[in-house]
Amino acid sequence: MAPSGKHERDKPWIMRTYAGHSTAAASNELYRTNLAQGQTGLSVAFDLPTQTGYDPDDPLARGEVGKVGVPISHLGDMRALFEGIPLEQMNTSMTINATAAWLLSLYIALAEDQNADRAALRGTTQNDIIKEYLSRGTHIFPPAASMRLITDLITYTVIEVPKWNPINICSYHLQEAGATPTQELAYALVTAIGVLDAVKATGRIPDSEFGKVVGRMSFFVNAGIRFVEETCKMRAFVELWDRVTQERYGVTDPKQRRFRYGVQVNSLGLTEQQPENNIIRIVLEMLAVTLSKDARARAVQLPAWNEALGLPRPWDQQWSLRAQQILAYETDLLEYADLFRGSEVVHAETQHLVESAWAEVQEVLDRGGAVEAVKTGYIKQKLVESNAARLRAIESGERVVVGVNAYTEGAPSPLIENLDDAILTVDPTIEKEEVAALERWKAERDASAVEGAIAELQRVARSDENIMPASIAAAHAGVTTGEWANTLRAIWGEYRAPTGVAGATVKAARSRAAAEVVDRLRKRLGELEVRMGRRPKLLVGKPGLDGHSNGAEQIAIKARDVGFDVVYEGIRVSPEQIVASALEEGVHLIGLSILSGSHLALVPEVVERLRAAGLSDIPLVVGGIIPEADAERLRREGVAAVYTPKDFELDHIMSDLIELVDRQHAAE
Amino acid sequence: MPPSDPVDDAGRVLRADKAAVSRALNLVEDKRADAQDRVAALLASLKGAPRAIGGHRVGLTGPPGVGKSTLTSAFARAVRARGRTMGVVAVDPSSIVSGGSLLGDRARMSFDPSDAGLFVRSLATAGEVGGLAYAANSAVRVLAAAYDVVMIETTGVGQSEIDIVHVADTVVLVIQPGSGDVLQFLKAGIMEIPDILVVNKADQEGLARRAVADLQGALRTAQAVGASGREDGDWETPIIPTSATEGTGIEELIDTVDAHRKHLEPTLNARRHRGEVQWALDLFMRKHGEHGVSTLHGLAEITARAERELDNGETPLSLCERLSREYVATLCQTS
Repeated sequence: MAPSGKHERDKPWIMRTYAGHSTAAASNELYRTNLAQGQTGLSVAFDLPTQTGYDPDDPLARGEVGKVGVPISHLGDMRALFEGIPLEQMNTSMTINATAAWLLSLYIALAEDQNADRAALRGTTQNDIIKEYLSRGTHIFPPAASMRLITDLITYTVIEVPKWNPINICSYHLQEAGATPTQELAYALVTAIGVLDAVKATGRIPDSEFGKVVGRMSFFVNAGIRFVEETCKMRAFVELWDRVTQERYGVTDPKQRRFRYGVQVNSLGLTEQQPENNIIRIVLEMLAVTLSKDARARAVQLPAWNEALGLPRPWDQQWSLRAQQILAYETDLLEYADLFRGSEVVHAETQHLVESAWAEVQEVLDRGGAVEAVKTGYIKQKLVESNAARLRAIESGERVVVGVNAYTEGAPSPLIENLDDAILTVDPTIEKEEVAALERWKAERDASAVEGAIAELQRVARSDENIMPASIAAAHAGVTTGEWANTLRAIWGEYRAPTGVAGATVKAARSRAAAEVVDRLRKRLGELEVRMGRRPKLLVGKPGLDGHSNGAEQIAIKARDVGFDVVYEGIRVSPEQIVASALEEGVHLIGLSILSGSHLALVPEVVERLRAAGLSDIPLVVGGIIPEADAERLRREGVAAVYTPKDFELDHIMSDLIELVDRQHAAE
Repeated sequence: MPPSDPVDDAGRVLRADKAAVSRALNLVEDKRADAQDRVAALLASLKGAPRAIGGHRVGLTGPPGVGKSTLTSAFARAVRARGRTMGVVAVDPSSIVSGGSLLGDRARMSFDPSDAGLFVRSLATAGEVGGLAYAANSAVRVLAAAYDVVMIETTGVGQSEIDIVHVADTVVLVIQPGSGDVLQFLKAGIMEIPDILVVNKADQEGLARRAVADLQGALRTAQAVGASGREDGDWETPIIPTSATEGTGIEELIDTVDAHRKHLEPTLNARRHRGEVQWALDLFMRKHGEHGVSTLHGLAEITARAERELDNGETPLSLCERLSREYVATLCQTS
């Protein structure tokens, strides 16, 4: 190394774009375009039915098919997805969790059909079902069964597909759910510890080989806008992981102790107001995970500038990819050794995070570890509290968000002159086509082979054998995603995770003005209660398969804090359930939260069912990522109000809700 | 079309029409003065319902976080599978600061929304000391007229069980392995001995076995200090390990709950009657306090009256209303 710290250019990180939508064939076309543009790996986004184990013809899949990713129901879909892409040469990242063992089985079956060498397959399955209970919400089974699936996949690939990253421990979604840097570090580490302990307990890996398992663990991390702190967070991760792997698992090979991670920078902080500013946020957030050579990401994917408006188009994703390419290839970043080694400031902040995170790690371990702290709701409640504090800081202006609570005036953005063209819309006929294609697939396969494969899957699920070989055989036999998941559901059951909202405590507003606003809302609500005889009761529901519950949780907590009785049902409830709950609970108001883009299918169904149940006089409001044209249509169909990410002032929303109940009461 | 009056709806409540049941429950929650008479009338018309007499009211209580909602959900599914209908009142605490509440029980329950034989209503305590919501007593009576089994689920350990004893035929206390409070309360005789003890989360095997052993010890101590004191003294409180998430122990719990109901048969009317008396007294005391009691010649006198008059078709609500009027009249005379 030259004295200046200059050295030969480092190899850049893997650049990915999280992509997939509509159908396997359409996604395949997109992948080939992205690869031609210089993208160096694939990142597959699956639609919610695939993620939660439903076929396109399942009633719960309604409105969700092909929306947030590609639907993969069987081997034929997997084949179409990678048409013309040799798997042996690809590095494929699959964002898949509850059904990870199944999707990897389809991938391996396809590789076998291509006569590819299993041992040559490279890529990642996310396979972190623990965080699904806390944030993303696509879990299916109870924690013990989920942990079994996780460890089955890990112990299988470590031996059979040795270059595969079997799990990507996700701190990403913890931050999206509100985690502070300390919490993000701590909860990701306790998850990793929980998984490694469980792998150890299977007894399938000899102690002498355990270092290999540790060496295959990888992480999926978030990077927010406070990029100095985020830089230190990444350095703290490296240090803490080295400590855990050495002290707890006795790994001696430093290569196996390396903290390997991929990144998607923060989507939650992207704004609907002045959305062009987001590209600047995205670039700054990328710095946190690339500037430190000693803690640099191995793979980076960036969101698109318009994610808060709707689904990004290929051009929007290309713009983000260009940002990575400019940093990696135009700038001199990769010519230097670590920039922060020896910096007192960075060192001090890193140590502060190391210590606070380590204390929280001990706290969770004392409570019985990650799985126990998920089951009791401890971690979830901590996240909900942090998120409430974050939102309140934005609402009060204590935390500046340019274009949202500061510098809001400005020239209109030419990028969104024609707003409806500035996002991608998924053709609604796709769902029907996918259902028809599924029927054809089922008609053409060998029914007795399917039956045999499912019987074998049942036998293995009841035993303590690894689920992977039976799943790969089922993939070859033509079993579908829904069939695989339903077989296991019948044996292991389903699980509804703690919501964390009931026990969440929110500190009182700091400023007097903010406290006065809340007092006024409480007073109005109290007066309304006296007139109505009953305290206003609000039902908060999340229809569809989307499990991003932050918005619904925060509305529920805020509504309680201004005095509503709030019935919160958690994630994944059908329109039928929502209407049944509204009827049984005798609510005065219903709020729905939908972020997956399936609002046009789900909301009218709720409206229709309310009418059929004689409940159409209950006002209905909807929140989510909803383009204005759709919002207008929903209002025409009887929705009283539509809220989108730009409505960050919860006090305003609460005021509207009280007003709606008041008006309805006056009308009766 | 204005909603029909719940009192006229009593027939539809008896047929378990969900819309009618829901309206009846809205009414019992209504705190406006003019609602009181209508609630009293409604309850009076539901009182003699065959289901209300022959059915079973089960109280499920325990400290926060022991898995009561998940257990209720598993219990309800199993009861439905046995062909009986079920109503649930799930009580959650209200915020002291805002008066609002987060009613989260539904989030932990999985149920078939098209099932006409299962009804779940969440209630907030609305600042009531004792853990039971203002309207819970009445709500239980509405549901008891419509469904075979009614479950009242509340949070608490210690004093708060007292309320549930007044409204439930069978009290089930749920704890999880390693919960020391319950043991202490039992041993000290602060807590009345429940009819059935459930150790949930029994998937933690070693811990669960120890918890069962600890509880057996605590029960013996409690019986030795005479904490029981209930008339069904020959009922030995069973301890049942369950795992609501894994679905184990649920069938045994239902069998035991049924066995207790059967055991109660000879004394059930007396037990319910005493509960009604206690409820009438609680209502009156909540409204008028010690002064009310002494003005109407003391607790013993009011209790005796309640026992007599509740036998003659009066409901606790209507009785309380009448006692209130007498009290107010006495106040007016003396002033």
